[in-house]
Amino acid sequence: MPKQAKPDQQPDGCEDILMSLHDLALRFRGQTNDVIDRISLTVKRGEVLCVVGESGCGKSVTAMALMGLLPTEFAKISSGILGIQATRLDLSKVTMPTAMRGNDIAMIFQEPMTSLNPSFTIGNQIIEAILQHSAGSRTDAQARALHMLQRVGIANPEQRLSEFPHQLSGGMRQRVMIAMALANDPKILIADEPTTALDVTIQAQILDLIRDLSDETGMGTIMITHDLGVVAEIADTVAVMYGGQVVERGAVAEVFNDPQHPYTIGLMSAMPQLDKPGGKLATVPGTVPSVANMPEGCRFRTRCVFATQRCQVRPPLSNTTQGHDVACHYAPIEANLSVAL
Amino acid sequence: MLPFLFRRILIALPTIVLISIFVFALQKLLPGDPLLVLAGEERDPETLALLREKYRFNDPIWMQYFAWVGNALQGDLGVSLRTNQPVTELMGQKLPVTIQLAVMSMIFALVIGIPAGILSAVKKGTATDYIANLVALSGLSIPNFWLGIMLILLVSVKWQLLPASGYVPLSEDIWQSVRTMLMPSFVLGTALAATLMRHTRSSMLSVMNADYVRTARAKGLAERVVILKHALRNALTPIVTLTALLFGELVAGAVLTEQIFTIPGFGKLIVDAVFNRDYAVVQGVVLVTAAGFIVMNLFADMMYFVLNPRLREQ
Repeated sequence: MPKQAKPDQQPDGCEDILMSLHDLALRFRGQTNDVIDRISLTVKRGEVLCVVGESGCGKSVTAMALMGLLPTEFAKISSGILGIQATRLDLSKVTMPTAMRGNDIAMIFQEPMTSLNPSFTIGNQIIEAILQHSAGSRTDAQARALHMLQRVGIANPEQRLSEFPHQLSGGMRQRVMIAMALANDPKILIADEPTTALDVTIQAQILDLIRDLSDETGMGTIMITHDLGVVAEIADTVAVMYGGQVVERGAVAEVFNDPQHPYTIGLMSAMPQLDKPGGKLATVPGTVPSVANMPEGCRFRTRCVFATQRCQVRPPLSNTTQGHDVACHYAPIEANLSVAL
Repeated sequence: MLPFLFRRILIALPTIVLISIFVFALQKLLPGDPLLVLAGEERDPETLALLREKYRFNDPIWMQYFAWVGNALQGDLGVSLRTNQPVTELMGQKLPVTIQLAVMSMIFALVIGIPAGILSAVKKGTATDYIANLVALSGLSIPNFWLGIMLILLVSVKWQLLPASGYVPLSEDIWQSVRTMLMPSFVLGTALAATLMRHTRSSMLSVMNADYVRTARAKGLAERVVILKHALRNALTPIVTLTALLFGELVAGAVLTEQIFTIPGFGKLIVDAVFNRDYAVVQGVVLVTAAGFIVMNLFADMMYFVLNPRLREQ
């Protein structure tokens, strides 16, 4: 498993970068604050990037925005450059063209039970996705669909092709979704909490499958999750989001072992540890403010024990160590702890 | 599917029996003795007794009922008391007229109602949506007879484009037959189109936010395919049921419209029969339309299977 510690655009890694998102900002209609506040992400070949954060922090909205799936009557993107290999899209002006959607970048969703159309067969839905982006014949597409089903580990794929979604279990349906998403060899797969609705053993299987396919094909994966267990299981790199901002990102081992942002530190200490039994779980005090009440500057400062006057200015996301970026004025926190207290 | 269908038919049977009892009771409950009409002015007691014997009026009422049902099951609904024509023969003449009117009206309703409903759902909250809703509301509010009369005035009298009334059988002259039926079916169809449009709109709106519609978009499908394939297919089930029920209503007779355009259909037949106390005809027509209604209901149920794969295997 390649554990690369260079998530940002280093000159030597440029040709490896499959997707970059720069300064995405958007707000919902009728609100005065940005719900996504200038976030940037990059994904390299074969990399699994986990975007982690609590509900409502803007993980899914980010994914929907870059796929062009946010209805324009609900959300207005004010800035954001999406680069997929040589293509550059200014998301504030254009949405992703349908020729790219499902072809260069594919997406799977949280609810496998409802994400497939109940009225059409599995085969119909996969073949449709293939034919949308390739000029091949229906027979070729059918063969490809069969191959994809085998690849995601579905038994009796011939029979499954002619079955309807309701005849499959949740885990199977998520496998079908993955087969459908990968049928056109996308460069990027966005997986929006793909295992949340599944039971634990199936969760692990689906995560392994995504990991294997990512290693095999070299596609980049953006895995959106609120589950740090999932991050530990699958991620190469992790981006921690809070209130529509990326507060920390870096190689997963780096961020887990040496969290620098007070929010990440809080998250880590809120995780139950099997080797340290007993006692109450730590919590991050307070709740996430609503979009309308988001504080200026660092959005975490209203809940942060270290916050000072300085935090009213937004801290930039900057390197603490190589490949580990933190958006906090007081990072690295150990060195600056005396300042904050 | 077959066990389900069998169950539905089992439920339909008692309904038909109840209707037949009700229809039969009509004749007995209504004031007046049809035989007095039949016997004429003279009312010779012997003739009357003969008639009573012939029509089994001396039997207990339940025996009369069973005799009537027995005949009905053999396709004999009795004889019109006025014209002495068998009721089945009378209905056989009128039924094609009514069915032609119903089919043409339904075509109008579907062709206008469903696209308008889809359009207003997709363009929800825009001018298109408001205009479509306004037109639909007008369609529901304007009475058929008014629209019919206005159309006759404009199209037939003023512009002389279409015949104002009458009926030409399809077998005689297809073109002329369709032309004659065009206005009445438009009048009937627009009212149904409004209902269909409202239902299509709400049904489409409920599926437009479904996860699988989002999946379809994420696949990169054109918006047209997303709406017309993935959304519409799932929105269609309630529309199909509604269409079947509306069709049942159409066959039961568009009494007003048939009167205005003097179309010799079921509606006119039943009105005339009621005015003339032609009980045999009333009974026959009510029984047949009720049965037709039940058959359309069954048809709607069957369409569920065609449209919903989840039901098919049970």
